[in-house]
Amino acid sequence: MVSRKVSRRRFVAGTAAASTAFVAAPFVRGAYAAGKLNVGFWDHWVPGANAATETLIKEWADKEKVEVQIDFITSQGNKLLLTTAAEAQAKSGHDILAMATFLPARYSEQLTPMNDVVEQLIKDNGKVNATVEYLGKIGGKWLAVPATVGSQMKGPCSRIDLMKDLAGIDIQAMYPAGAPPKADNWNLDTFLKAAEACHKGGKPFGIGLGTTSDSVDTIGAIFHAYGAVLVDAKGEIVVKNDQVRQALDYYKKLMAFLPPDVPSWDDSSNNKWLIAGQGALIMNPPSAWAVAKRDAPKVAEQCWTHGFPAGPKGRFGPFLPFFWGTWNFSKNQSAAKSLLAYLSQASSAEKMVAASGGYDLPSFEKLTTFKTWAEEGPPKGTLYHYPNPHNHQILSIAAAPAPHKIAEQIYTQGIATQMAVRYYKGEAMDKTLDWAAKEIEGFMRN
Amino acid sequence: MADIAARGHISVTGDSRSSLHKLMQRKSTIAFLMALPLILLITLLVAYPAGYAVYLATLNKGMTRFVGLGNFDFLFGRDTFWMVVYQSCLFAITAVIFKAIIGFVVAHFVHNIPSKGQRKWRGMLLVPWVIPPAMSTLAWLWLFDPSYSAFNWIFEHIGLDRIAWLGETGWARFSVILVNVWIGAPFFMIMYLAALKSVPEQLYEAAAIDGATWWQRIWYVTLPMMRNIIAITALFSLIVTFANFDIVRVLTKGDPLNTTHIFGTWAFRVGIESGDIPLGATVSLFMVPILAVAATFILRDITKRGSEV
Repeated sequence: MVSRKVSRRRFVAGTAAASTAFVAAPFVRGAYAAGKLNVGFWDHWVPGANAATETLIKEWADKEKVEVQIDFITSQGNKLLLTTAAEAQAKSGHDILAMATFLPARYSEQLTPMNDVVEQLIKDNGKVNATVEYLGKIGGKWLAVPATVGSQMKGPCSRIDLMKDLAGIDIQAMYPAGAPPKADNWNLDTFLKAAEACHKGGKPFGIGLGTTSDSVDTIGAIFHAYGAVLVDAKGEIVVKNDQVRQALDYYKKLMAFLPPDVPSWDDSSNNKWLIAGQGALIMNPPSAWAVAKRDAPKVAEQCWTHGFPAGPKGRFGPFLPFFWGTWNFSKNQSAAKSLLAYLSQASSAEKMVAASGGYDLPSFEKLTTFKTWAEEGPPKGTLYHYPNPHNHQILSIAAAPAPHKIAEQIYTQGIATQMAVRYYKGEAMDKTLDWAAKEIEGFMRN
Repeated sequence: MADIAARGHISVTGDSRSSLHKLMQRKSTIAFLMALPLILLITLLVAYPAGYAVYLATLNKGMTRFVGLGNFDFLFGRDTFWMVVYQSCLFAITAVIFKAIIGFVVAHFVHNIPSKGQRKWRGMLLVPWVIPPAMSTLAWLWLFDPSYSAFNWIFEHIGLDRIAWLGETGWARFSVILVNVWIGAPFFMIMYLAALKSVPEQLYEAAAIDGATWWQRIWYVTLPMMRNIIAITALFSLIVTFANFDIVRVLTKGDPLNTTHIFGTWAFRVGIESGDIPLGATVSLFMVPILAVAATFILRDITKRGSEV
């Protein structure tokens, strides 16, 4: 290494010159002047769907001069859930994180309110459904922004041919592509008769009764259709009511026409049931149909996604929104809000929906008529009614309207499906209701 | 192990370099320094999480205040919790007994194979144990699949009824135990095989001269010589089986009707999935006293026998 001795005079002259140059230099904005942003999004199961999100984020980042690090985190093996729990504990992590259904409520005290973002989005894109509001807005504060990516409906996906041949129901006539539904007669009685007919025909409906999401969402919608509530909005346990009894009686009849092993079904069981051509109907987002397009094209050509049957209290469809939340310990909250507003624009949502083949659903009223849903196929129009474009159904979530921390436990522990299975297996109605009441009582602790 | 310090004398008045030199020459210091990475690793990966779990178990659901043993008290009043205790014991004890029996029998078979071909068999029989359990359990899930069970396909072809392997409580419990036995039996086999090889041949020869039958040779020679290995293996396996998570999680997720949940899966359901982390930590801590009692009895027995020898 060469060392050179610097004289005092030379040092003073050099320092003065450098200082002058520094003060006189114009401000040059760096490539990432607005800082860094670390985002964790749900890793989409549809190949290529992440790319749309990535492109949109890059567009925004280039415009806003923000350096963005994107992690796509899978929900397989509960990785996203575990990441969220770990970040909440460590009070460190992503600036934006995707959160499913009840998680904004679970972490309500650690999330930055998003009223400014969501209220503007509602002005631009129309109001959100009551379920999104129930899950995302607590105490007058929007805790997270309803996300397009990952949000889904779990309505019926029926086999056109089997429903026509075995149950005498023309699903396409009832839910015509490009037109409002003509489904006044599509109610729980018709549904039960169709289930019986398809069971007799050797192609039973594939409706799970395990404790995973698909099973819980389906029973949740049917409970709502009867007005059956386990815990009311005030947090009172109201299990022992006539509506719950009616819903359980209905399920008892329905279970007689379902495959015998439905109590052990998970979220993949119904998909396999449809794709393998075993049954005439499942309750699922269009993922099963999309896989069938690849693996069993003949089955896919006969699939039609449509609305739920109506019950005495109305027609309810299970809606599971994803949210994008920002921790209150995030270091760049203003950039996070700006990105979320950008990703929630109608044009961004349309790109995401297209990239996911119609699977993703925006939560805003004006964003349910993108051409993707009208054009996806085969058969063309199979997804037209998936986003509920004619507000034909009341979008709901199981365990609502209970306070969130109770509802979340009723949901994740599958209390309603367990009640149905217990009652079906011969347990007395009162005993089943007592069991449920006792279980729920345990969820009340603070 | 002799310790230099016990014999020597450290000069307090001498220069510090010389005392440091002497300190570094002590065997105990060297042993401590060599074990230090492991101590740090255990502190970081075992002691800290265990301590943190105890801390979490003393908090309320919102993790905002100390509730002492309130969570434990709460669990004692829950039927589902007692069901999980019963199932965990049933799962662990049944699985360990079957693993021990199968491991013992197979170890004898392998021991009697001529040494030339024995290595191949040992390798093949260890396969279930060396495959990551989550992966092999997935293969079992396909065999038990509600709709496409390979077993049911065979049953149908031979005119038998289909079985709801994972849909009926009894069959679901049987299935999770079966998979655990399949994965864990090779561990018992290899441990017992090692023990069998260390039994002196002269003992069998002496027993044969005395006219001992095959059963008497097992009962009076083999078993007493293997007792400590059997006890240690059973204890180790009991701990691992009690703490199992992946098999139940992949196969049944605790269904049907929570009748296959064990401590690990129930703690995950309550703590992570349902958002009650303190209660989840409390559930997982319930394994500790049960295993501590089992460990005390088994290790006491081993120590007693050790001192008798």
